[in-house]
Amino acid sequence: MALTQPKLDATEARLAGLTLPESRALASNRAEALTRLRAMGLPGRRDEYWKYTRPDTLVAPEAAPAAVFDTYETPVFGEVDRVKIVFVDGVYDAEASDNLDLAGVSIERLADAEGHDIHWSKDLYGVLEARGQDPVDRPLAALNTAFATDGVLIHVTGKAAKPVSLIYLHADANSDAILHHVVRLDAGADLTLLENGPAAARFNKVLEVDVADGAAFHHVRAQGRDHERRAATHIFARLGAESVFKSFTLTANGVLTRNECVLELTGDNAVAHVAGACVGDGDFHHDDTVFITHDALNCESRQVFKKVLRNGATGVFQGKILVKAGAQKTDGYQISQSLLLDGDSQFLAKPELEIYADDVVCSHGSTSGAIDEEGLFYLRSRGIEEGPATDLLTLAFLAEAIEEIEDETLAAEILARLEAWLARRRAG
Amino acid sequence: MLEIKNLHVKLEEEDKRILKGVDLSIEPGSVHAIMGPNGSGKSTLSYVLSGRDGYEVTEGAATLDGHDLLELEPEERAALGLFLAFQYPVEIPGVGNMTFLRTAVNSQRKARGEEELSAADFLKLIRAKAKALKIDADMLKRPVNVGFSGGEKKRNEILQMAMLEPKMCVLDETDSGLDVDAMKLVAEGVNALRSQGRSFLVITHYQRLLDHIKPDVVHIMADGRIVKSGGPELALEVEHNGYADILAEAV
Repeated sequence: MALTQPKLDATEARLAGLTLPESRALASNRAEALTRLRAMGLPGRRDEYWKYTRPDTLVAPEAAPAAVFDTYETPVFGEVDRVKIVFVDGVYDAEASDNLDLAGVSIERLADAEGHDIHWSKDLYGVLEARGQDPVDRPLAALNTAFATDGVLIHVTGKAAKPVSLIYLHADANSDAILHHVVRLDAGADLTLLENGPAAARFNKVLEVDVADGAAFHHVRAQGRDHERRAATHIFARLGAESVFKSFTLTANGVLTRNECVLELTGDNAVAHVAGACVGDGDFHHDDTVFITHDALNCESRQVFKKVLRNGATGVFQGKILVKAGAQKTDGYQISQSLLLDGDSQFLAKPELEIYADDVVCSHGSTSGAIDEEGLFYLRSRGIEEGPATDLLTLAFLAEAIEEIEDETLAAEILARLEAWLARRRAG
Repeated sequence: MLEIKNLHVKLEEEDKRILKGVDLSIEPGSVHAIMGPNGSGKSTLSYVLSGRDGYEVTEGAATLDGHDLLELEPEERAALGLFLAFQYPVEIPGVGNMTFLRTAVNSQRKARGEEELSAADFLKLIRAKAKALKIDADMLKRPVNVGFSGGEKKRNEILQMAMLEPKMCVLDETDSGLDVDAMKLVAEGVNALRSQGRSFLVITHYQRLLDHIKPDVVHIMADGRIVKSGGPELALEVEHNGYADILAEAV
């Protein structure tokens, strides 16, 4: 179908400011992505998939500036022994990064890999993204594949000795960053990937993960600080038999964040969990869009999303479970809940199930509620002041999502961030 | 200790008067019981004292050691030493019992300008008190009151009381929903806390709790007023003859 003129104009206006990076190994991957993008056009307000989130600022030729805040926060994951890879406004910073040698893992910078004639990433870069374009267009991800200027390619052959940690620093108020990472886990391999930081004034990031049979991928991400920042992120993952994929995202602050997660369970007995906790205040807009496709026997998927909203903040959840014909014994679960701390905030949810197999268990639920007055009085009657009592109940509300993080140290890190965020809000 | 003078209370949302001039004076170290039929205003009295929303005091006063309770937030009343054992303890999913109790104890200590208890000291203290109430480690770890049986919830109330060491304890129908053994256990917990400086107001329908927690004074409440006061024998009279006779006599 031909694009409408406004969509065509908007797409070409954005493309005018971009140049395809030099590439040898991945030149065709990038070119094909550009063709995909031109065919679908960038998202507009009238697109059903963008009904609750205005894409204007994400597709505009220029990024709106975002002030860089002084970092009064203790950096997250500070207590975790990890390999740190630092990007400043979307540019790899070799000096700030650790040595990338890690047993069981090979890590390369995207630009270095592209300099070769042949590279393993050719089979994955933009390939999982392209698979994720069906049945719903994700044009910002295609744009990313075509124009990403940096990123890392991680090949995991065994059990990684420690987590790989991607740190996104934001220094320039006008930065507009496009990063693309690919993670390939061989059969039986195991990696924990951490991500944190505000990244840029505008951030477009794609993470493609290929989880081979029996491999395990754990992902914990903390998006925070720099209130005016905007981000559109995509995760595309393909899961082999007996594999495990678990991803958790904490989002605090950010005037606009859209996190899409597109998972495809292609091997029997695979397990996929996606969870998120977000805390929003004021003109915060946060969108979790998840699409999980079951295309194998006896797989399990869980989506657990919790949002705490106040002072006019908006939370969005679009979550879908698609069970293909033949994906029998699927166990799918989806819950999205919001805690609205005042009458100004809103939560918009669109849970979807589409099932073509007849022997499956799928459940979903979505709720919006205020703080439990009975519980609040009970805590206060024991001497806990209203502010801390509200925080306790808020953390209790978020607990189900945080419990999705398997590693206790990482869960504690996330909890500490939330506690600090709540305490700061209370301090005013 | 607790002084209630001519307390009139109505529901905030509707024009319904519930307490119509309650007078009550509880001296340090004593145990008072309030009995009365359903709807007489007993539970309302406990809620108004502890500061729950939804009630409007139209007349009268309530003071604890001279502090005007009605002016204070619920947490300030708690820090002054007022404790309400709930008739229906609230379940709080996601908040661990230990975290809850430690936050409560330390909030009160902080409010009183005392040093907060360290994690180790707190643990030592709660283990000893929990053991006396036959509360096991698992109950301490679980979310507050979630999945607790009726008896466990009430024992958990008494554990909170033991940890917070209040001066004035209000027990709102603590015996409701308890079998005889559970009631004995709860009563023992309460009796262990009886002391010179600590007073109790025990609200109950039935005399049987008062077999185990012996009151100094018994009040009969009806239609928002205390209509009769006396010694423990008054409770026995209710047990034998019901409220009807006493109420008829009072009118």
